[in-house]
Amino acid sequence: MTTRFQTETAQLVTKGGARRPRLTGGGVTERRGKTPASRSIRSVLRHAALIICAIVMLYPLLWMLVSSLRPNEEIFNSPGLLPVDLDFTNYFVGWTALSSPFGVYLINSVIIVVGSIIGNLVSCSLAAYAFARLNFRGRKIFFAIMLLTIMLPFQVVLVPQYILFSNLGWLNTFWPLILPKVLGTDSFFIFLMVQFIRGIPKELDEAARIDGCGHFRTFFQVILPLMVPALATTAVFTFIWTWNEFFGAIVYLTAPDVFTVPVALGQFTDSQAGSDWGAMFAMSIVSLVPVFFAFLFGQKYLVKGIATTGLK
Amino acid sequence: MSVMTELQNVRSSGKGTTTKRDRVAYVFLIPWFIGLVGITLGPMIASLVLAFTDYNLLQAPQFIGFDNFIEMASDKRLANSLQVTFTYVFVSVPLQLIIALFVAIMLDRGLRGLAIYRSIFYLPSLLGSSVAVAILWRQMFGADGLVNQLLAFVGIHDAPGWVTDPSTALGTIILLNVWTFGAPMIIFVAGLRQIPEMYYEAAEIDGAGRWMKFRKITLPLLSPIVFFNLVLQLIGAFQSFTQAFVVSGGNGGPADSTMFYSLYLYQQGFNQFNMGYAAALAWLLFIIIGAFTAINFIASKYWVFYDN
Repeated sequence: MTTRFQTETAQLVTKGGARRPRLTGGGVTERRGKTPASRSIRSVLRHAALIICAIVMLYPLLWMLVSSLRPNEEIFNSPGLLPVDLDFTNYFVGWTALSSPFGVYLINSVIIVVGSIIGNLVSCSLAAYAFARLNFRGRKIFFAIMLLTIMLPFQVVLVPQYILFSNLGWLNTFWPLILPKVLGTDSFFIFLMVQFIRGIPKELDEAARIDGCGHFRTFFQVILPLMVPALATTAVFTFIWTWNEFFGAIVYLTAPDVFTVPVALGQFTDSQAGSDWGAMFAMSIVSLVPVFFAFLFGQKYLVKGIATTGLK
Repeated sequence: MSVMTELQNVRSSGKGTTTKRDRVAYVFLIPWFIGLVGITLGPMIASLVLAFTDYNLLQAPQFIGFDNFIEMASDKRLANSLQVTFTYVFVSVPLQLIIALFVAIMLDRGLRGLAIYRSIFYLPSLLGSSVAVAILWRQMFGADGLVNQLLAFVGIHDAPGWVTDPSTALGTIILLNVWTFGAPMIIFVAGLRQIPEMYYEAAEIDGAGRWMKFRKITLPLLSPIVFFNLVLQLIGAFQSFTQAFVVSGGNGGPADSTMFYSLYLYQQGFNQFNMGYAAALAWLLFIIIGAFTAINFIASKYWVFYDN
């Protein structure tokens, strides 16, 4: 199965870049509808369907935001979005509802996220350069293994990793969550970067080599600056996935002062504060805001990233 | 390149001593290699060994042969969690992909506001794995949650508490997964753009209708991407954990109706500290996922069209 996956991936790879030249002059609108009138009716219907779909999808999120600003008793009898009360009580209550102020969990999450981003950027870009540009013994085998580890279910290594980290005295520290990233186990990003580096003209690094650059200088001064979009994609995805990470976090972090935001939110539902939906919604919103901003500012890279790993 | 030539290449490049060129590459690969051995392959082997032991973290592991696997065969909660997981995977993944494809086609080129729609539909797939959204789901589908309030609004008053009723709880989590169709949708949108417009124009000249064009052009040319999405989503869905954990309050309830495989594994390993059994469960999951992925690859020969 090893090499089968690789050949399939290779076929996906050779399926052509994201920007295949359009083999037509215009015709984009001509193929829709037959007359201008039927075309515009169709277009209106299509927009109507899409807008309804968008509202249905976003409604729960908007309602949670609005409800977090409402007194608790209103949450269970106000399905509408209006009026918005702008009552911030839930935020104050939620912030202090658990054993530590919510700020502690935010800081813990930020530490793990920053460590993971740095770890992924360094380890994955180094490995990707080797796979994309260097010829060495065992390259194909290692590349195939790397691709296979993308598909490896995390559960398979969970128990021994837990035992390992527990023997190292790392339970209730952030190391079990950061170290794997520093060691490049998020091989999805290696794959993404390999794809990107393959798209950089080889002449550029050959020129650098002729000018006397070694591989390290070529990597740092030629390739790395050119692969900023791939690094950005990696950073934004790592941010969002690590920020949301729950399974690993509840396994390794059981002491309240090292909880990350998702673990703290999970505790909410168990604790006596569990009936305080207003406070829970408020802290849920707090936890979603960073993801939302990462999406807002990073969506160009997210869209490119997932589109190209699927296509190239 | 065939499997055989690749293997031959590996062997022929394996001769001789390590060159300077090799050493440079290995330096670049040091972090990855330590991770591969120490965090991935080593634990994989350890996990396989542990699967044949009884181990509770306190006493040294006891070798018990195939006992864990024999126990698995008669473990009713395991059988139930398999059933729950299979239902989840085989309902939510196809539904999610069909909706993703349908919306992607609606968003095909030339549509005004495409970028905005695409963003709106994509957002939930980034939030869907968060605890926050799972909490929201728990409220929404509770007995007096948002959904039932809205239903009451249109005159339906005797709706169940969706997350507290064993017959509907799994459905709410399936719905949550379907809600995150944005990620595969984006891949479909990008794939649709690669289909040359001239194919459609030629088909139109031949008098093909919309359905015909979809069946004969869009679907075959998009099949590698459908396949890619299917493999990825299937692997992900089998491992699903957070939503079921939070929506059920950590116990996979009501009545084990949301006891996903990963959740059961977590309970065995980290609530009851049956580490050996949990390792055996993990390997069964690995085998199941590997088998379905292999079936997918084999089946792909018959329906995935590569335009070489």
